[in-house]
Amino acid sequence: MSHLRSMILISPELLLVLTALSLLLLDFLVRRKGTLAVAGAAGIFISAYVNYRLIKVGMTGGTIQGMFAFDGYANFFKLIFYTTLLLTILLSVKYLAIEKISAGEYYSLLIFSTVGMMIMAAATDLLMLYLGLELMALSTYILAGIVRGDRRSNEAALKYFFLGAFSSAFLLYGITLVYGLTGSTNLREIASALHSLKLAESPITMLSLIFFITAFGFKIALAPFHMWAPDVYEGAPTPVTAFMSAGPKAAGFAVMGRVLFDVFGGLQMQWSIILEPLAILTIAVGSIIALSQTNIKRMLAYSSIAHAGYALIGIVIGTPEGFVSTMNYLMIYMIMNMGAFGVVIMLKREGFSGENLEDYAGLAKRHPVASALMLVFMFSLTGIPPTAGFIGKFYIFMEAVYAGHIYLVIIAALFSAVSAFFYLRVVMYMYMKEPAGDISLSTSKTAGIALAFAVIMVLVIGVFPSLLLNFARNSFFG
Amino acid sequence: MPGTFIPSNYLPIIIICIFATIIGLSPLLIGSLLRPRRSYRQKLLPYESGNEPIGEPRYKFSVKFYIVAMLFVVFDVEAVFLYPWAVAYDKLGIFGFVEMMMFIFILLIGYIYAWEKGALDWE
Amino acid sequence: MTLPQLFFAYFAVSITGLSLLVVTRKNPVHGVLWMLVLFVHIAMLYLFLNAEFLAAIQIIIYAGAILVLFLFVVMLLNLRVEETERRFQWSWPVGLVAAGGYAVSLIFILVKITVFPQPGHYTIEKMQTEGNLMIIGKVLYTKYLLPFEITSLILLVAIIGAVVLTKKKQE
Repeated sequence: MSHLRSMILISPELLLVLTALSLLLLDFLVRRKGTLAVAGAAGIFISAYVNYRLIKVGMTGGTIQGMFAFDGYANFFKLIFYTTLLLTILLSVKYLAIEKISAGEYYSLLIFSTVGMMIMAAATDLLMLYLGLELMALSTYILAGIVRGDRRSNEAALKYFFLGAFSSAFLLYGITLVYGLTGSTNLREIASALHSLKLAESPITMLSLIFFITAFGFKIALAPFHMWAPDVYEGAPTPVTAFMSAGPKAAGFAVMGRVLFDVFGGLQMQWSIILEPLAILTIAVGSIIALSQTNIKRMLAYSSIAHAGYALIGIVIGTPEGFVSTMNYLMIYMIMNMGAFGVVIMLKREGFSGENLEDYAGLAKRHPVASALMLVFMFSLTGIPPTAGFIGKFYIFMEAVYAGHIYLVIIAALFSAVSAFFYLRVVMYMYMKEPAGDISLSTSKTAGIALAFAVIMVLVIGVFPSLLLNFARNSFFG
Repeated sequence: MPGTFIPSNYLPIIIICIFATIIGLSPLLIGSLLRPRRSYRQKLLPYESGNEPIGEPRYKFSVKFYIVAMLFVVFDVEAVFLYPWAVAYDKLGIFGFVEMMMFIFILLIGYIYAWEKGALDWE
Repeated sequence: MTLPQLFFAYFAVSITGLSLLVVTRKNPVHGVLWMLVLFVHIAMLYLFLNAEFLAAIQIIIYAGAILVLFLFVVMLLNLRVEETERRFQWSWPVGLVAAGGYAVSLIFILVKITVFPQPGHYTIEKMQTEGNLMIIGKVLYTKYLLPFEITSLILLVAIIGAVVLTKKKQE
């Protein structure tokens, strides 16, 4: 019965939805909000396990009506999203108590956002892609503004919402142009119609491509669509910032990969040429403006912009191997970014935001473990071996050199060296300055688990890189 | 152009709309053309049962109206999804019934949530 | 110029003009009321596309629910007319030049359409025998079932957002 098979293929997302719904109602029944996090984590583990069993049973390759694909590509990105969600929930538990954020809605919205991302990664129809994007985006808008008393949080939500709605309008316009040209919203059918009707050179296809790039460029904070990111990242509550910097960016890359490679495969020359200067501009803007930041959340925001630029190089290359290196980079970037934000979260306590660079002065003397963690993550973000960040950049640069983009690699490597200044400045403050006053960290068991996981993965991937890379390669080609 | 279509059945509605607009606007138009034009300050003030108006005609608008309007939009969209389902019901089989129940169930959870949170309380 | 083309020309010009009117009014309530006229025009355009159900729900939802929401929010914001004098940023000529250049390039590109796709499955005769409502009912809940269920999640997130961003602190 094909309906039953459809339900089975989408059961991981269904289980996550059920978890979110029950968290919404459990909020009224439980007193201690920590149990909500445990229930949420349990639901996520069950959903991830079901996903794993489905792969083992051999359901890979199935689709629901050609719209929702359960393939290796989607499953790799789903792993990124599951990990992001779990790490965010672990890091948020103490933060919610400090900021007095309502827990039930917070966890439900995080889970709904993740379901939206999973739908985006698995979408093979433009309609599904748009709906998944809207689900993810709406949940994230609300999460960015969930601290109602904080003006910067309200401002962050408003800016994110306005620019996100505008970019969704661009995406819809691109979809309608492509639908008008080809008569279908299914990615495969569009590709074959563009090929058979010989529309690859038509200026309307180019226009539609530009609209798509604009919409996706906003979502992954590519320059010149990056203006929203620093304000939104700074204003949103820090666990939400961590979530936003990892999940929606990876989801944006997932849909870019599908649309650019599947739909606009015939125009690969053109979009490579369009994206190359965008990648350079993104890396440059992110690296240079981060140099002057004193708020660590803004600095990490600009750093995220730069990292999106590095990841884009893998797409600019235009080959499947290039995109595999992007997938590899996204997983690594997610782990090290969540780790860095995790340490920033720990610095927040009642009445003290811990977001400025001076707050990190002399941290090593009082809290050596936290400083050591931050050191590893900063090294990884810069790209210093033997951390995972180095491996990510190395593979992207390697693929770019193989494909002949030598100048791109030289420029990217130069900016990578420039970025060492602002990443290592944090390390310098922690280890070489005197502590200003009494610094106490808001540690919690869950945050400790999350940070331990992140630092272990960063070091393991740094030393044994081929595990992740082969996994990415098999997911893309398998 | 592959096939064009004029909805000629809606012509009566358009004619009614045009007539309604004419009947509604013409007294105002004719009045403003025929009136003597002598305006002075007292005539232009907002009506306040003979007294002089004090202060601005603004008051603190409650956010309850926004919540009610927002919830109305969401449940109105839900009702609109029910129309085509109801019309095509006998062609959709048991699975059609099940999937609409899932849709309503998800929004029912939203309704219970809004209720328990006190969004539906007026005062 | 055939009659359908004439009607479409009127709708195209009026919808564009009305949307410009919506965004340029000093008094936000006036802008919202022009939006009402805009929605009615869009509904009439749907009628010309043989989609009478869509025309009806355009009026019910957009003009009936969303417009009311806009009006409530505008009244909530409580702007005095004098405060809306400075409507546009100082850099509005830049925006105008960008939008104008974009419009001109769009026109140049759109006149170059030479290839039209094949007519779709739902021809005018098919729509007129079954009616827009029945066809949407048959397609939406079978072929587009998954997007429909995701829409329910989006609506739920909208409810959560509306409540969590506006409720009074109870504890």
